[in-house]
Amino acid sequence: MDRRNFLKNTALASGAFLIPSFLKPLEAMAMGSISGYKNLVIIQLSGGNDGLNTIIPYGNDIYYQKRKTIAINKPDIIKLNEMQGLNPNLSALKDIYDQGWMSIINSVGYPNPDRSHFRSMDIWQTGSEANQFLTTGWIGRYLDSNCQSCKNPYTAVEVDDTLSLAMKGEKMKGIAVQDPNKLYQTTREPFFKDLVHDHGDTNLNEDNLGYLYKTMIETYSSANYIQKTSKTYNVTCEYPLTGLGNQLKTVSKFINSGLQTRVYYVSLSGFDTHVGQQNQQGRQLKIYGDAVAAFMYDLKQSGKLDDTLVMTFSEFGRRVEQNASNGTDHGTANNILLFGGKLKKAGIYNDAPDLAQLDNGDLKYAVDFRDVYATLLDKWLDVNNSQVLGKGFKGLDVI
Amino acid sequence: MNNSRHIKHLYARAGFGIRFEDLHDHQNWSIKKSVRKLFKASEKQEPINVLTENIDLRPHPAIQTDEEKKMVQEERNKQEKALNNAWIKQLGETDAQLREKMTLFWHNHFACNIGNAYYEQQLNNIERANALGNFKTLLLQVSQSPAMLQFLNNQQNQKGHPNENFARELMELFTLGRGHYTEHDIKESARSFTGWSYDGKTGTYAFRPKVHDDGPKTFMGNTANYCGEDIIDIIVANKQTAIFISTKLYRYLVNDIPDNAHINQMADVFYKSNYEIKPLLEFVFLSDWFYDDKNIGNLVKSPVELLTGLNRQFYISYQNPDVLLQFQRTLGQVLFRPPNVAGWPGGRNWIDSSSLMYRMKIPSTILNAGYIDFTGKANPEDEAYLASVRKQQLNVIKKVQAQPNWDKFMQEIPQDATKVQVAEFMLEPSLNKTVTDEVNTAPDLKTSIIQIVSTPEYQLC
Repeated sequence: MDRRNFLKNTALASGAFLIPSFLKPLEAMAMGSISGYKNLVIIQLSGGNDGLNTIIPYGNDIYYQKRKTIAINKPDIIKLNEMQGLNPNLSALKDIYDQGWMSIINSVGYPNPDRSHFRSMDIWQTGSEANQFLTTGWIGRYLDSNCQSCKNPYTAVEVDDTLSLAMKGEKMKGIAVQDPNKLYQTTREPFFKDLVHDHGDTNLNEDNLGYLYKTMIETYSSANYIQKTSKTYNVTCEYPLTGLGNQLKTVSKFINSGLQTRVYYVSLSGFDTHVGQQNQQGRQLKIYGDAVAAFMYDLKQSGKLDDTLVMTFSEFGRRVEQNASNGTDHGTANNILLFGGKLKKAGIYNDAPDLAQLDNGDLKYAVDFRDVYATLLDKWLDVNNSQVLGKGFKGLDVI
Repeated sequence: MNNSRHIKHLYARAGFGIRFEDLHDHQNWSIKKSVRKLFKASEKQEPINVLTENIDLRPHPAIQTDEEKKMVQEERNKQEKALNNAWIKQLGETDAQLREKMTLFWHNHFACNIGNAYYEQQLNNIERANALGNFKTLLLQVSQSPAMLQFLNNQQNQKGHPNENFARELMELFTLGRGHYTEHDIKESARSFTGWSYDGKTGTYAFRPKVHDDGPKTFMGNTANYCGEDIIDIIVANKQTAIFISTKLYRYLVNDIPDNAHINQMADVFYKSNYEIKPLLEFVFLSDWFYDDKNIGNLVKSPVELLTGLNRQFYISYQNPDVLLQFQRTLGQVLFRPPNVAGWPGGRNWIDSSSLMYRMKIPSTILNAGYIDFTGKANPEDEAYLASVRKQQLNVIKKVQAQPNWDKFMQEIPQDATKVQVAEFMLEPSLNKTVTDEVNTAPDLKTSIIQIVSTPEYQLC
């Protein structure tokens, strides 16, 4: 946005003291546009979640041959069809699955996969090719696309204290809010308040100093807007007392209070299970499954389930064969889990991973992750995916 | 009239910012003398030698228990922390500011992210030793360092099944830039680098003739039995390499927005001197355009520049330096952990709503030994460690334990300086009315100084 537009949008046209009126975005938008407002919630599992012990291909003998000590016993698996079933720690998701609120996309990846956490996460967050280095994230570029609904930094909110690369665009960036009240208090410290209130519009030039002041003012007003809006709604449903449970509870508060946010981002760590995988991954999956189930029931109750789509991904899956430490090493293709009230194809979207045809011991991908992104962009966020992903992707028929 | 504004600018860009003590000596000096003094101070070679053991060289027991593996991983984490702490300390304390500033430039240019801190230390010392030397020498040494050979998979680059990773990044990111080579050039030159490797038993560079492809290769239109060194010769003989490096350096030292006329002048100097770095830097620092208003106070400090500037300015010593690693994580720049081989994108990419708030809060938190109520995300490479500990959380430091030397800082401020003059000295951009008023109405000098380091202006150099 150039300076003129910025001033117009924020009513900072005079140098006099006033706080931009994007404090009142609810008034600026027709109230009618709020209903049917669609939200995307992204859950990142950091460290490389082992997809094969998450959605288990128990019907394939190779699974048991390659994972002598860490395979999940058949009787314990929550069967979804003849071939695949849920890890028992995901028992909370069984009902969600049966309600038709869950969809599993198998074997998602990209050509020439990278097995480094850093690099592969970078690729997933930026939506780049394996040999391409992008400095903006895919949600960030969605913000940059200047679509009807993404004019404000709070269009994309990460419930965390720092902002992921996925959320950073060239011109626009999302905002990280762990706790709306804390963010509000921080921005209201007297000295910052003075800097925001008393700056003349001379500070809002196109240079880097202007950019800093602009960011500061936007943060100031976003903090106010998020705090004022979100406190109008209290989440009454029970959530598990875990980090992820709290994060999703906060997302629920944001969604239900009518925050004009389209994308939420949360993450859960601890999936790099080289050693003693069963217990470790089991604990994390339980945290994940319980929190997501609570979130879904909550949204169902408040009538927002049909307007919400949840996507879970990890930077890579793990090798098919276990290692000598009862764990698994970095692999490639993995599953993506989608949740929502309006899934076109609930259940298992495509064939279970082929454990016989491997690439150096790793799964071959069948679906490019950017086809999943493209689906979300085109069908959920109302922006042409080529604007965000560079080249156009066909997408999937899942939502 | 003195040229303190220009000398301040020189110190901000050729180092990590000026101190009041520097100004006493310099304000009546010429720029030329100051530049000479900066180079003089950076003649010193101070390699980092905090790590003495290469863990990879330990004999591998046939069977290792989970507990033993965990212990080795913890030792690796400890080494990485020690290396990070050592460099942060050196950045803040050494007089060889220009050398460290350029080491940081090469650290980002030759971005490398591997699990072996010993090799990282070695690479860092190569970059430091050659920071002001010859680019081609630097390039060759970096390319043959175990760190880079490992990071860019040249260990796997063998006759018959070449791995193109190194050849690609060499041209795309280290020398020519996109659009100045073809996919065919990558394929052919990758063959030239087959056999470049390091010996896993000694941890040193070793050329392996047996896996080297010595057949003819067609590179940049010519065909010969090129070896790796030949390829580097050809790339460096191409003036585009001088232009590419000059552009990157211009954006690091002068302005985010490239000025092609100035960059071409730089490239000429660089190319004519056979890629000597010192004459190129002298040319920049002595050019009139370097001191143009639009080039002053408009670069966003990287998190490491921000922390280093503060540490130097206030002579801060840390009882627990790990807190600086935590700040690096929160602000998005952990030394030795660049996001990918392209390095940190820099500039406005450092700034988002949360990072800006932290950047404005951290200086006062350090100076006042305040509480920290933010943690930042785990580094992706910490995930294995996180998975191995039950609580799945990094240890978070809640309170800064640091000692700024206020007495020394205050003593160096000229007696008759007003609060506003102090602010003008400490901030690179010109002061606006708000900042001037805030500083003026502060109850005392110390409060005004804390305010100064908490402004958006302090984020710029």
